[in-house]
Amino acid sequence: MQTPAPVDYAKATSVAHAIELLQQLGDEARPIAGGHSLLPMMKLRLAAPEALVDLNDIPELQGVRIEGDHIVVGAMTKHRDILESAILHEHYPIFREAEHVIADPIVRNRGTIGGSACQADPAADLSAVGSALRGTAVIQGPGGTREVPLREFHDGPYMTVLEPTEVLVALKYPIRPGAGSAYEKVERRHGDWGVATAGVFVVVRDGVVADCGIGNAAVGAEHYCSPGAEDALIGQPATEESFAAAAKVAGEQCNPSADQRGPVDYKRHLTTELTLRALRRAAAASQGA
Amino acid sequence: MQVTVTVNGQEVTRDVEPRTLLVHFIRDDLLMRGTHWGCDTSNCGACTVWVDDEPVKSCTYLAVQADGKSITTVEGLEKNGELDPIQKGFMECHGLQCGYCTPGMMMVGRALLDKNPHPSEAEIREGISGNICRCTGYKNIVASIQWAAEHPVSTEASEVTA
Repeated sequence: MQTPAPVDYAKATSVAHAIELLQQLGDEARPIAGGHSLLPMMKLRLAAPEALVDLNDIPELQGVRIEGDHIVVGAMTKHRDILESAILHEHYPIFREAEHVIADPIVRNRGTIGGSACQADPAADLSAVGSALRGTAVIQGPGGTREVPLREFHDGPYMTVLEPTEVLVALKYPIRPGAGSAYEKVERRHGDWGVATAGVFVVVRDGVVADCGIGNAAVGAEHYCSPGAEDALIGQPATEESFAAAAKVAGEQCNPSADQRGPVDYKRHLTTELTLRALRRAAAASQGA
Repeated sequence: MQVTVTVNGQEVTRDVEPRTLLVHFIRDDLLMRGTHWGCDTSNCGACTVWVDDEPVKSCTYLAVQADGKSITTVEGLEKNGELDPIQKGFMECHGLQCGYCTPGMMMVGRALLDKNPHPSEAEIREGISGNICRCTGYKNIVASIQWAAEHPVSTEASEVTA
């Protein structure tokens, strides 16, 4: 039987309360979101926080809304609510496509977008989506609120720029009129972590790629994105040749590790192929196809 | 820590350690053994219960997190001595097999039908994709949920006597 080690627990009722609790409980206190990474890690003694600050019952951290020219997603918004969000689907179908291949319906009832971002698993699908869309993390701490681009939010595998007494409160994504977006993933079985994934948005104007963002998870792409592939595509004609050339860069510039999900060359091949497929579909959507 | 939850309509209060998992609280503190404890890693779904009417995997949920909330376990499906159609479906279609995954399958099956009373086979398979049957007898489980969809509670009395 796996049971976490003894731990203290406090339920936060607001973000300010959560920060106060984190300050009181000290450096070994951790916020808990959906718990679907943290609790298994605690059972295995890979994590041993002395106290948990529960963020689940903080209403201000929930929900998807539009603020000006951004979509704002509360950090404790559950995967299922992202899957079902009409706002996200209208502007960025990539969210629904990614959510469909994240875990299973019961886990999606519990897991959150902010928890996923802060867990910083190298294979986290929503981190690739957030980097592709060049989103922003909204962070609150004792000294106030700060914003960090999602492409600078992760310091490496399982590492973020959050200080121990800071809480991720929301993720923001700029609305891009005319953008198409898509998510592609190869997994060993439904709901597993990806072997390789690609998430992109593309804005095509007059047959030319005016803007794009390319994200990859599970293949060691730094900050879950491929700026080299983006540079190769922006300003080019929206053609199969351009997409293939950009996708090739994504495959070359990622840094996958060989593991039980496959060898390095296979993962590079998948990264190229999945990036190509996502670019094709996103560009077609941008052109109203 | 003191925890007060409503389990299958009945309020209970217990003193628990914060590290106690909801599945162990249900099985070992409340002595309700219908909920099964399986993989312990939120993969298999045998421990699925509803918290405020949402299916969750109770091996990955602390009992203290349920304080003030309403929990429904497989024991709560039966109403007034009458089995829920999902339970009858598993009987009719031999959906139980070894029985280990059954409580979780029934809880997700019932929750699925509550949201979508006429799911397609693909929707049922997606709905139970977080629940593993190691007999690999998914065909009968899908058939059991389909049976329940075809025999909803409201029309049941007439169909049973027919």
